[in-house]
Amino acid sequence: MPAVTVRDLTRRFGPFLAVDHVSFDVEQGEIFGFLGSNGAGKSTTIRMLCGLLKPSSGTATVGGIDVGRDPEGVKRRIGYMSQRFSLYELLTVEENITFFGGLYGLDDRTLAERRAFALDMAGLKGRERTLTRDLAGGWRQRLALGCAILHEPRILFLDEPTGGVDPVSRRQFWLLINRLSESGVTVFVTTHYLDEAEHCHRLALMHSGRIAALGTVSELKNVFAKRAVVEVRTASPMEAVRALDDLPSVEKTSLFGTALHVWLRPGQRATEPLRERLDGLGIHAESLEFVQPSLEDVFMDVVERAGGTAA
Amino acid sequence: MRRLLFLIRKEFQELRRNPRMFPVIFVAPVVQLAILGYAATTDVKNVPIVVVDADRSPVSRDLIGKFEGSPYFSVVDVTSNDGDVQREIESRRAWMALTIPPGYGDAIRNRRPVTVQIVADGSDSNSAGVGLAYASSLIAEKAAEIALQRRPPGAPTIGSIEARIRVWFNPQLLSQHFMVPGVLALLLMVITTVLGAMSVVREKELGTLEQLNVTPLKRWELTVGKLLPFGVIGIIDVLLVVAVAVLWFEIPLRGSFPLLFGLSLVYLLCTLGLGLFVSTISQSQQQAMMTAVFFFMFPMIYLSGFIFPIENMPAPIRPFTYLIPLRYYLVIVRGIFLKGVGLEAFWKDALLMLGWGVGVLMLATFRSKKTLG
Repeated sequence: MPAVTVRDLTRRFGPFLAVDHVSFDVEQGEIFGFLGSNGAGKSTTIRMLCGLLKPSSGTATVGGIDVGRDPEGVKRRIGYMSQRFSLYELLTVEENITFFGGLYGLDDRTLAERRAFALDMAGLKGRERTLTRDLAGGWRQRLALGCAILHEPRILFLDEPTGGVDPVSRRQFWLLINRLSESGVTVFVTTHYLDEAEHCHRLALMHSGRIAALGTVSELKNVFAKRAVVEVRTASPMEAVRALDDLPSVEKTSLFGTALHVWLRPGQRATEPLRERLDGLGIHAESLEFVQPSLEDVFMDVVERAGGTAA
Repeated sequence: MRRLLFLIRKEFQELRRNPRMFPVIFVAPVVQLAILGYAATTDVKNVPIVVVDADRSPVSRDLIGKFEGSPYFSVVDVTSNDGDVQREIESRRAWMALTIPPGYGDAIRNRRPVTVQIVADGSDSNSAGVGLAYASSLIAEKAAEIALQRRPPGAPTIGSIEARIRVWFNPQLLSQHFMVPGVLALLLMVITTVLGAMSVVREKELGTLEQLNVTPLKRWELTVGKLLPFGVIGIIDVLLVVAVAVLWFEIPLRGSFPLLFGLSLVYLLCTLGLGLFVSTISQSQQQAMMTAVFFFMFPMIYLSGFIFPIENMPAPIRPFTYLIPLRYYLVIVRGIFLKGVGLEAFWKDALLMLGWGVGVLMLATFRSKKTLG
């Protein structure tokens, strides 16, 4: 049985469709990523799955329990951590752990065990009496994660858990998530960091309240299997875009950081026409080589095809 | 139940570490009580009065002496010039003027009726009213003295009606005795309503409320978990303010202290419940503060009988005063403090107050949704 089953889940805010008939399953022990720009509907979806927000229509079951019918039943079985690391700043590390453990109804012995576990996991041993507001972002984030899993939930929801945290802390955080997943915990995570999405077993790309693409990271990248992507490095990328856009062998071009990505039409493998066109117009290209499409390519492609722009 | 204990403990841990809390909870009430107890007084003493003595006789000086000897007046000037009156009253050097006409002494000696004039500055109608009453009673006293002296030895006294006024419960008519118990009611309302109003919405702002909402915490547990810690603070304030009232202002506590204490707890249900309710309908602490102060506290203070007696309000407004818990508590506090009466005198007020408190708490609980619709 899947850990999470979602069918035609919809949420309206007045006339605005935040989530539009979304359906997917999340398997037990899977790290399932929700990727999308701000306002794509990721947070609204996760809030519905956690029982914080009533669905307008459609159904969702979490751990076998219908979220619409028994949101409190769902809450007992899940862990939730949001982008705001909702800890009590005026409480110490230890007091926060004890408080949340108490809310989840842990008895004294379990609470002591889990407190030790959470302190260890967050790397906060010896700092039990530090006020939470004095902790740096990365520590706070790991403490919040520790507090969210005190009651050993089988399903964990993370809503943009790494916002505002430095790259090293982010990497450490993902190590913890991987470990949880290996122990059988289902992790449902939203993010708008594309590099983070690569950690997920499966990804749903969300755009304008709909799931625009869903699959494993390599499946999503395979969308491009038949089309070669050429990365062009040049000092004048804007001119290069204009020069290459109307070549018959080119499907489309896009700026990619400081470089230019050129999608060739299916079956096309030659870079010579590109080189000739650029040389003909006197645009100097430093390099011109085939690259593996990244998730960002996939994301941009999905968004473009959906007729929108990524934020 | 266990969850509730964790919630209460957390609330105290936060309170203890919040440096602004101690002064707000424990210093402010005492300071406010001191200020209001002294400043909010309607007692009139040492009314400055100017005397125009156009008679300049021993008889007129005798009347002036009567005013000089009274604690309620202080004679700022004795003049024979009528024009001084206007100047003195306009400059607020005198609040009242007594004019003794020429021929006053002659008239008294010849047993003819005579009229003296009293002018009062009506721009402060309250003080003017009280001053006028004092002045007329002084003059009436003088008239009685004169009549008594005239009575030939052995002659029967002339029949006259004399009102003997006895003021019950607050014989000196000290406004402090009336105000300080009212200030207790007001202080409790302001402090606990504001604390309540800030509590839930603060967690909303910090994001911790959402975290609480994904736990199995029940709605009533959240309400009670906020109510109890702030209730304890309210209780401490009750004890503190009653102690200052009795020991410092020497307000007599004639009734039962346990009854006062018990009904204060009921009152705290109302004020904290109101605060929690405001908290659930607000999106920010600022909004909660504004809503509590302007939509609830100000109207409540005006309509509760704290400042204006309810009996003097226009009939269409009077029914609204029944919506105000402060009204009931004022009756109870003043009753217990000054009259020494018990439940038999105000059981209706106590019941209505209890109903109000339970009602508003239920409203606050139902408003605090864990799942947004």
